[in-house]
Amino acid sequence: MSILVIAEHDNSELKQATLNVVAAAKAIGGDIDVLVAGENCGAVGEAAAKAEGVNKVLVADNAVYGHFLGENLGELVAEVGKSYSHILAAAGTVGKDFMPRVAALLDVAQVSDIMRVESEDTFVRPIYAGNAIATVKSTDSIKVITVRPTAFDPVAGEGGSAAVEQLDVVKDAGLSAFVNEELAKSDRPDLGSAGIVVSGGRGMQNGDNFKMLEQVADLLGAAVGASRAAVDAGFVPNDMQVGQTGKIVAPQLYIAVGISGAIQHLAGMSDSKVIVAINKDEEAPIFQVADYGLVADLFEAVPQLEEELRKVK
Amino acid sequence: MKVLVAVKRVIDYNVKVRVKPDNTGVDLANVKMAMNPFCEIAVEEAVRLKEKGVASEIVVVSIGPKACQEQIRTALALGADRGIHIETDEEVQSLEAAKLLKSVVEKEEPKLVILGKQSIDSDNNQTGQMLAALTGMGQGTFASEVVVEGDKVNVTREVDGGLMTVALNLPAVVTTDLRLNEPRYASLPNIMKAKKKQLDSMTPADLGVELAPRLSTLKVEAPASRQAGVKVADVAELVDKLKNEAKVI
Ligand SMILES: Cc1cc2nc3c(=O)[nH]c(=O)nc-3n(C[C@H](O)[C@H](O)[C@H](O)COP(=O)(O)OP(=O)(O)OC[C@H]3O[C@@H](n4cnc5c(N)ncnc54)[C@H](O)[C@@H]3O)c2cc1C
Repeated sequence: MSILVIAEHDNSELKQATLNVVAAAKAIGGDIDVLVAGENCGAVGEAAAKAEGVNKVLVADNAVYGHFLGENLGELVAEVGKSYSHILAAAGTVGKDFMPRVAALLDVAQVSDIMRVESEDTFVRPIYAGNAIATVKSTDSIKVITVRPTAFDPVAGEGGSAAVEQLDVVKDAGLSAFVNEELAKSDRPDLGSAGIVVSGGRGMQNGDNFKMLEQVADLLGAAVGASRAAVDAGFVPNDMQVGQTGKIVAPQLYIAVGISGAIQHLAGMSDSKVIVAINKDEEAPIFQVADYGLVADLFEAVPQLEEELRKVK
Repeated sequence: MKVLVAVKRVIDYNVKVRVKPDNTGVDLANVKMAMNPFCEIAVEEAVRLKEKGVASEIVVVSIGPKACQEQIRTALALGADRGIHIETDEEVQSLEAAKLLKSVVEKEEPKLVILGKQSIDSDNNQTGQMLAALTGMGQGTFASEVVVEGDKVNVTREVDGGLMTVALNLPAVVTTDLRLNEPRYASLPNIMKAKKKQLDSMTPADLGVELAPRLSTLKVEAPASRQAGVKVADVAELVDKLKNEAKVI
């Protein structure tokens, strides 16, 4: 078996999710190559070559891949991937965008968002917002798979010494063009891979109040997340949404503040190791999944939390 | 321009999902079904484009058993002009759905196809992208804003890092995210009017598509359930537990 992993990166840094996907590839077994497609992404290729268990790194460095447009990546990956038995990418917004195109171009199904590998053709994935877990078997000759990064412990990012090969395959579908982007800038850890996440919901009342959570997060080295209600109300940007249709997180510690615990929210965080809920409504469903529940007004509890954390930190 | 909207009938998002005791799937008997929430957003977007004078006709299509006609009628009541029902009682997987929609696209030649980004039952997030690849169209996935300008559509997409805008040549495929719009409710007169709108029914065979699922579901299980933990009396106790019992800070 031969597996092609598509690296997730921003043209300068390899994202940790790639290491989680390589771990999923290792669980399938076989030679693992990594494809880095981007623009001026040489450093990413070098970083991928150091990842544990990687056989070869292919770098497709061209302006047409600079913004990871699904139309162009789809054609590239279908072309490069057709000689592999498995094609894997992280189930982030880039992978979710181009991978189904790859599958369609190869006339195979895609298995989305796998959480476990049972065998080379059988995988476990959540359905119904994680309220059911399906084991699915693929009969296709090429398996196109997106991987839930938080479900696989990453391989080591150092120590490997894979060969790096430049690929001269330029696929410009000519269907789409990049216009602009507004990326959130934050010095806090990435939400998807942070060890601790502090999230706020509608109970926060406005965006300014999220500063309280940011202070707590900074004491803990945590990322800040949010419920859909907080995002919809405009308190915080969409990239902070945790849940079925937002980001999937599974940190060591998840602190939910002013979040009721709708199933769509739980779908994104219920694999966290320890869950804390702070909510003034003792009937809130979030308490059914919380390891530690505090029934309190968040406007009193959060400043106190900051104070107590300063004492122990 | 003509807009094609694909809608799926799924379990209502408020219903508590129960796995069947024999682990063959999820219990759908006597469960409330509804239009997939992302598809509602797709219909709403098409209706708004029509209200702005950008869209001239909205065709809504759904694939599945007879009962899907309820969701098509809902879309017609919300403002779609005409419905197409591709009737089958078989399981339809994303790739097959994309192939069926491709043949509808070839017949109808819409300038814009709008779909939900994922359905809340299979949570696959594939069909729109597959349709775009099969028809050679560009795709604006996870859209939070759609602006048609001449022969292009600018789509602002919700991506992991924030927002990204792409310009696509028309015809194009758009898949909706939650913040694209807030769907309206159908009024009673419009529900009555929808009953008289044209709804054509056909089968996959009529469209020349053979259903051949590539994935088989071996079993469906309930997720490992979390036990509710303890309530702490105050913040000091919480911090103490996190530090000394759970050891996570
Ligand atoms: C298709 C679909 C997809 C969805 N996807 C997602 C998703 O990905 N992520 C997501 O989060 N949601 C998602 N939702 C929405 C979800 O159903 C809920 O509406 C949402 O999670 C509710 O957010 P919330 O808990 O912040 O708000 P609410 O449910 O309004 O809860 C607010 C909570 O704050 C508490 N509170 C208020 N004031 C205080 C105070 N002063 N002190 C302490 N507590 C206080 C209240 O007791 C309440 O429990 C989705 C919905 C649909 C239909």
